[in-house]
Amino acid sequence: MKKKNKVGVRELYNKGSVKANKELWGEKESDFSRRGFLSSSALLAMGAVLGGKIVFGENLPSDIVPAGLKDTTEAFSILGKSGDLVILNDKPLNAEVPAHLLDDKVTPSDVMFVRNNGLPPENVDASNWKLTIEGESAEITKTYTIEDLKSKFKHYTYNLTLECGGNGRSEFNPPAKGNQWTTGAVGCSAWTGVRLKDVLEDVGVKSNAVYIGYYGADTHLSGDTKKVVISRGVPIKKAMEEEGLIAWSLNGEDIPVMNGYPLRLVIGGWPASVSGKWLNKIVIRDKEHDGPKMKGYSYRVPKYPVAPGTKVPEEDMKIIESMPVKSLITYPKTGAIVNGNKSFEVRGHAWAGDLLVNEMSVSIDFGATWKKCILEKPLNRLAWQHWKTQVTLPEEGYYEIWAKATDSKGKAQPIIVPGWNPKGYLNNASHRIAVKRIDA
Amino acid sequence: MGEYSEDQKDIVRGIVKPFNRLLLFLGAIVLVVLIYTINPDFFTFLASEDKGEVTELKEVIDQEDLIENGIHVSSGLIVDEGYELVLNTCGSCHSFKLVTQNKGNAEDWREAIHWMQETQKLWDLGPTEDPIVNYLAKNYGPVESSRRANLENIVWYELE
Repeated sequence: MKKKNKVGVRELYNKGSVKANKELWGEKESDFSRRGFLSSSALLAMGAVLGGKIVFGENLPSDIVPAGLKDTTEAFSILGKSGDLVILNDKPLNAEVPAHLLDDKVTPSDVMFVRNNGLPPENVDASNWKLTIEGESAEITKTYTIEDLKSKFKHYTYNLTLECGGNGRSEFNPPAKGNQWTTGAVGCSAWTGVRLKDVLEDVGVKSNAVYIGYYGADTHLSGDTKKVVISRGVPIKKAMEEEGLIAWSLNGEDIPVMNGYPLRLVIGGWPASVSGKWLNKIVIRDKEHDGPKMKGYSYRVPKYPVAPGTKVPEEDMKIIESMPVKSLITYPKTGAIVNGNKSFEVRGHAWAGDLLVNEMSVSIDFGATWKKCILEKPLNRLAWQHWKTQVTLPEEGYYEIWAKATDSKGKAQPIIVPGWNPKGYLNNASHRIAVKRIDA
Repeated sequence: MGEYSEDQKDIVRGIVKPFNRLLLFLGAIVLVVLIYTINPDFFTFLASEDKGEVTELKEVIDQEDLIENGIHVSSGLIVDEGYELVLNTCGSCHSFKLVTQNKGNAEDWREAIHWMQETQKLWDLGPTEDPIVNYLAKNYGPVESSRRANLENIVWYELE
C-alpha cells in the first residue's frame, strides 16, 4: 500500500470518507462503493495500518471512518448525512439530530435520524433487489423486483412522521439501557413508493390475517449471518392504511443507505422500528408477529402505570402502538440572546401518532401561563404539523421556552418526564429551550 | 474399559485434558526454537516487510493505547481497575459508546450482560463477569437526578 500524498488521514477524511477511502486504500469509486462497503483489498490495506485484521471488516460501510484511524475523538461523517448529527453509537450506527436542524417543514434527507440495530447490507444492487410476500395468511407467495413494484402499482408520496420509540430515553430515572436519545430521533420527510395495502392485496390476504412482519437485509452485530437483527410489524388493520408505503424514494431521491436503501417500509405514527429498512420480505401472519424485538421488553411498555425502577414481569408488558403527542421547538436554536423587548418568532412542529394535534402552546414562565400558537393542518394524515408564534421577553434575564401540544383526544404533553418504563420509551415531555434577554 | 462408570471416565478425562494442552503448548515452543535455529532472520522478516509501514503501524498502536486525563482515548472508557477486560470484551460486537452513554448499578449491568448472552450471542464471561460488572457499576453507576434536569451546556449566541 502506498500513500499517494502527505495529507493526514483525518484531513483526508474531512474531505469526505468515500474519497478518502479511495485515495488511501485504492478503493474504486463505483455505485457499490458509493453506497456500500469496502472491497476486501481496501480492508487488507486498512488492516495493515491498524496493525491487525479488521474483524467484521466486511461489514464496515465505506462511508465510515474506522475508529482506529481517527487521530481525534471527533465525530466521524456518515455518507449523505449532515456532519452536525450527534453520533450516539458508531456500532451499530445511531445518530440524532439537534432540534434546530429540523426547522424545515419537510425534513431534508441529510438530517433524517439514523437508527440501526445491526449492520446495513453490503453491495446493494437495486436492480436485482427482490421483495417476497409470504406467510400463513398469504393466499400465495409472490416475489417482486423494485421495477415490478414501480410498474405494477400506483405511486404515492406521503409526508410521514417517523420517530424512534426510545426518543427521549436519556431523561428517564432510573436510567434505561440503550441509545440515550435526547430529542432528535424524529423526522418527517416525503416518502415515495407503492401502498403496502395494494401489494398485500395483490398477493391476497386471508380473512384470518392478524399481523404483518418484515425482514430486512441487515446483518447481526455478532457476525452471525443467519441471525435476524430485527423483524417487527403491525396489526393487519394498520398495514392496510392508505398512508402505509413500500418506499424507494426519500424527498425525490434514492433513500440514503443508512435509512434503508433501496427499499423500506414506511408506516407513520408508530415507533419507527415498525418501518423495516432494506426490506426483502413481508410475512402475513395468522397471529401476532413474533420476530426478534417483538417480544420481551423490546418496544413494549407496562400494561399499567408503574413506579420508577419497578421490576415488571414480561407478561405484563404490551406492544407500543401509536406514538404519543409531542412537539419540537426548531427555531430559535437554544441559547438565543435577544436584545431588549424585540419580538421574535418561535416555531416548530407537532405530531400525535395516529391522531391529529388540535392545539399548540408555548410558555415563557415555566408553565405558569401558556400562549396559543398558530397551528397548521398536516400535509396529509400522519405528517407532522407546523406551528409558530411571536414571543417578547418582559424584562432582562434568563428564560426557558416550553412547548406543549394537545392531541385530538385532549391529551397534552407532560411538563415533567412521563411514566417510567423499563426500557425508557415514549418520553413526550415538553421540549424546552433556553433564551436570555439582555438590554443594551 | 467396560468396568469404568461414566463418572470415573470423566475424572480421568479431567486429569488428562490439561496435560494435552500443556503438551501442545510445549510443542509450539519447540517449533519456534527450531525455526529460529535454522533461520534467525525468519521472525524479523515477518515483522518488517516494510519499514515505513512499521513506523506508521506503531504510531497507530500508540494512538490506540493513549490515555488522557484518566480516559482511554480511543474507546472513551474511564481508566480504572478492570477496564482492560471491558476493552477486550465489549468492543467485539458494538461500539464503546453503547457502554459509556449508559448508567446502572451492578444488578442493571449484570442484567444487560445476561440479555446480551440470551439474545445477542455474547459468550459466557466466566470469572471475568464480576470484575466487568464491578467496573461498570463503579464508573458508570446511576446518578441522582430530578424528574426534569436543568438545561445544561447552552451555547449562547445573539439572535439576529
